[in-house]
Formats: sequence, C-alpha cells, structure tokens
Amino acid sequence: MSHTRVKGRPELYTAYAQDMAFLNTRPKQVGVLLIVIFAALLPMMVADDLLKVLGTGLVLAIGAIGLNLLTGFAGQVSLGHAFFVAVGAYTASWMAGDPDGRTMGLGITFAPAWILGAGVMAAIAGAIVAPLAVRLRGLYLAVVTLGLVIIGGFIFTEWASLSGGAQQGREAPVPVILGADLTVSGAYTKEQKLFWFFLVVLVIFAMLARNIGRSKIGRAFSAVRDRDIAAGVMGVELTKYKLIAFVLSSFYAGVCGSLLFVANGYFGPERFSGGFGLLLSVQFIAMILIGGVATVSGSIMGALLIALLPRISSELPSFLPFITTAANKHPNVFEVETAMYGVLIIAFLLFEPRGLFGIWHRIRVYWKSFPFSY
Amino acid sequence: MTELLSALSMGLGQGAIYTLLALGFVIIYKSMGVISFAQPALMMSGAILVSYLSPKLGFWAAVILGGLLIAVVALIVERLAIRPMVGKAVFVIAIITIGVDIVVRVVAGAFVGTDPRVVGDPWGIERWTIGGVHIEHRHAAAFIAAAVMVALVAAFFRFTPIGLAMRAAALDQEAAMAQGVSVGVVFAVSWAMAGFLAAIAGVFAAAGNPLDQNLWIIGLAALPVIILGGLDSLLGAVVGGLTIGVVEALVRNYHTDIFPGIATNTGPLAPYVVMLLVLLVRPYGLFGTKEVERV
Repeated sequence: MSHTRVKGRPELYTAYAQDMAFLNTRPKQVGVLLIVIFAALLPMMVADDLLKVLGTGLVLAIGAIGLNLLTGFAGQVSLGHAFFVAVGAYTASWMAGDPDGRTMGLGITFAPAWILGAGVMAAIAGAIVAPLAVRLRGLYLAVVTLGLVIIGGFIFTEWASLSGGAQQGREAPVPVILGADLTVSGAYTKEQKLFWFFLVVLVIFAMLARNIGRSKIGRAFSAVRDRDIAAGVMGVELTKYKLIAFVLSSFYAGVCGSLLFVANGYFGPERFSGGFGLLLSVQFIAMILIGGVATVSGSIMGALLIALLPRISSELPSFLPFITTAANKHPNVFEVETAMYGVLIIAFLLFEPRGLFGIWHRIRVYWKSFPFSY
Repeated sequence: MTELLSALSMGLGQGAIYTLLALGFVIIYKSMGVISFAQPALMMSGAILVSYLSPKLGFWAAVILGGLLIAVVALIVERLAIRPMVGKAVFVIAIITIGVDIVVRVVAGAFVGTDPRVVGDPWGIERWTIGGVHIEHRHAAAFIAAAVMVALVAAFFRFTPIGLAMRAAALDQEAAMAQGVSVGVVFAVSWAMAGFLAAIAGVFAAAGNPLDQNLWIIGLAALPVIILGGLDSLLGAVVGGLTIGVVEALVRNYHTDIFPGIATNTGPLAPYVVMLLVLLVRPYGLFGTKEVERV
C-alpha cells in the first residue's frame, strides 16, 4: 500500500485503494465522526418521546439499507420487504420469548443471539424465495414479492401459537446485554438506553453495507442493475449475485424486524397482513427513494424522515387549523400522514430523483466550487 | 354437483370483475410498458363516487357518469404525475403510481364515512335457483357487463383510428411516432380507458354489500390476474381473470373440506398462490410475450 498524500492536495489520489477507501476524503472522515458523536450525545438533549421516534427511525434505517442493497445497488424491485421484516420480528420474539408463556418461546434473552438469529432466519426465507425471484425481471418481480406479503400476512395471522393471533399479538423480545435489561429505566431512561443500543447496531450494519458496496459483490450488483444481460456477458454470474442480493437484503430486514417492536414491547400480526403489510413495504420503498437510491447515508436519512412523519403530521393541526385530530372527521392527521407517503414519493421522483442525498450532493458541489457555480 | 355449479357461477362473476380491472392494467401496460398500481384505488373511488351519484341520478346514469369522472381523474393523474416521467426507468414510474394509489385511496376513503354506503345497484343479493344451482343476479350482471366491455374494447382497438394508433404505439413507439401517431394522446386515452374500466369493476365489486376500504384489497387481486395472463395480453386478462375468479370461489367454497385446521378462509390467498405456481413454469405468464433483450 504505497499511497502517498501530496501536501496541500488532499484529494489527489495516487492509488486506487485511496479512491475506494472506506471514507475517501478527510471531510467525510471528520463529518461521519461528528455525526456519530452528535447521535451518541442526542439522548442527553432530546425528550424521551421524540427519542423513541428517532430510535424507531434508526431501526427502520437498518431495513432500508437492506432494501437499498437489493433495489438500489442490485436493481431488483421488491415490494416484499415487509414479509422478511415479519420473519425477523417473529424469529426474534420466538427465540427471546418466555418458554412457559402463551406464545412459543425458547428463552434465549442474550440480545446479539436473537438479533443474528432473526437475520439468519430471514436470510433463509430470502434464499427459499430467491430461486423463483431470480427467474423474474422488473415488474413481474415487484408483483410476486407483493404476493409474498399477502401470503405471509395470512400465515402469521393464522399461526396463533407464534404470533398470538389476530387482535391479540405477542410480546416483543426484551434486549438483555450482560445481564442488564435495556427496557428498564435506571440511571438512564429506557428510551435513552434503547437509542444507544439501536445506534450501535445501525453503525455496525451501515459499515458492513458500505463495505459490501465497494467490494467485488457491490460492483457485480451495479453491473446487474445497469444492464443484467451485459453483466452476464461480461462474466457476472446473474443467478449467484441476484441470490446474494436477496439473501443480504432479507438478512438486514430480519435484523430490522427483530428490533422494530422492542420499544413498544408488543405487536400484533395486523402489522404485517393485508393493507398494513403492503404499507410497510411501500414505506421502505419510500425511505430509499426519498433518501437516495444506492447510498447508505441516504437510506438512513430517508428512514429518519419516514419515522418522523407521524410526529410531523400530528404537529400540523396547530399550523393548518382545517386538519383535525379526530379520527371520524376529515381531513384528519392519520389521513394526512398516509397521504404524505404518497405525496413525498411522487414529489421526490418527479423533482429530485436522487433524493435527500441528491440535495446534499448539490449543496456540497456548490460550496466546493464556490464562487464558481459551474 | 349443485354446490360446485353454484361456486362456479360465483367464480365467474368475481372473475368478470377481475377481468374488467385486468383489462385496464393491460391497456396501460401495452401503451407505456408500466404497471399502474393506482388501479385498485381508482376502482375504490369509482364505487364510492357512484354511491354518491346513484341516489340522485338513478343507478345506470350514475355508473356511466361515475365511470367518466374516474376516467377524468385518471387523465389528470396521467398528465400531472406520469407524463413528466416518460422515458425514465419503468420501475420509477411504477413506484409513482404506488404514490398516486396512496393519495387517491386516502382522499376517496375520507368519503366513505361511518354510515354504510351502497352503490344502489338493482340486484342486491337476490338469486335465481335452477335445479338447486344458485346464481346470484349481481354475478350474472357482472359477467354480462364484462363481456360487453371486452367486446367494446376489442372493437375499439380493431375499428377506430385511435385504436389502430394505440396498437401501433404498443408495437413500436418510435416507429409509430415517425408515422405521425401522437404518443401523448395514446397515453391519455389508455389511462382514461383504464380509469373507466376500474370504476365499472368497482361498482360490480361493491354490488350487494356496503362499501368499505377492503374494496381496495379486491382490486389488488387483479395483479396476480395480469401476471397469470401475461402483462401484455388482452386475451390473457380475460382468461386470467376468469381462471382466478373461479379458483378463488372454489377454494372459498370448499375451504373447510381442504383445510379443516385453518379458521380463516383461504379463498383470498388463492390468486397469489396460483400466480406463484404458474410463474414457476412460465415466467411471462400464460399469454405474455417473452421479452427479447439486446445488450
């Protein structure tokens, strides 16, 4: 590794490895460090209820990164992400659940164990579906994965010993690390501890995804996305890499699912069946489109924005008095919230197809070339 | 045997609704190469609109007017949200239609209200009984309506200049433009037709029951239909629609015999399972054109 930095020219690369480094410029290194420090200090500055929302955003970001690996990097549109999230959620609660409780459980409370277990089980589900999915292209794939959500939602609702059944649900896993239960408030509140916990998991999986993106696998994904037949001709094994994309994405979805309900402590199969399951899938699509396709940082930004939407729309009535908070009057905040997913998807695709990342990119380029705007 | 025939008649009625919806999907797909996920929402809003119009205008006038109004809604959607994206990746346009679906569904859903609404159809749940075989009026009506609409759509493509232009644009968009076909008009007409068909399907899907948001779930089942029939085949839409309708009705009817352990009826799952099974064997559906790709 003989890459010499030239003094005064920080962006002159003399080796490919420099160009492809994990964080290839000094501002990125400093910037990411500052953001992580800021995020770590956030629980000290923000009220617990907002912290809970942001924590959910961090968990959703893990799932969004997973979908971005499949849809953004490898170009395979999936509307079935909610199914794999559900597999993860139920695997985690099964592993961590009380063996003598109303629903199935193994009693493995050690958090990393059930997080990985959920990821692996979702990945296996992904590997089972993948052989069918790799045969299909484009919109056929989108509809088939949508079917997966419908079928999966039915199975989870019916499998009452696992899911607790309709209108009842079951308890979510309780994260215990080194004997400390993170959901019990002590010196720090439950929300603070969970936020830190989610942040650590997200940082680990975001780094992993970034590394996948700049590896051989990541390059193969891009080739498959840009023109799969051309990629095949060049010697990229299409079946293999589509399979890898599916399995990786499902693994991330499983991890996301295992943590998604930890803060609430309880969840029902309704979250994954019928309209709600599809809405969850669409929310993940919205996250990566709003955040930025094929970027890890974009996935995180998009997930945080989507997670904050309910909060934003609940604040709306004080600014726009014609919106009510009563569920039986129209337009109410719940309708506004749902409609905003749609409006945001349409608006970003029409006006800023590269998403929040694209906006940030434009600002960056503007200041980099300041005062020359071209 | 009579039970089987009753289930069949129900399945054909349901299948006719799927056929109407699937026709709209296929017409849009043929003109722009995109699946419009907004169809289920347009279908639901069609039924809701008709439920408001029919007490004032009578059922039949309300159906026609409602269908035309939904066609106008589809036109507006196409002009505002879809047309600017022409030439972009099809998946991006498809995702936009998902966004449109959400917005339309929320707006339409706000008009459902808390009181039960009906579309005011003359059939209700009355039925003929011929030798023990039950045939519900609404299913027969849906079947006849679908047959009429299929014939009209086929005649439209066969005999009108714009129909010819649409077939040309579906075959090769650039060549059609070079021959003077206005592709913009083709897009607009296909969306309007799809909107009209969706609204009609919505009325028949809602006939005999009070309206609710679940209508949208029925509309969703048209997706497996078009995948089964093949995305670009009108014949596929008809065959696929009737097949899915019949299979669903049979599974619904014989559910307790086939799966005695499962409490919830497995009928609504049948379309998706059939779709998966068929795709294992034929990735482009029964009648879909196999894509030939050049690098």
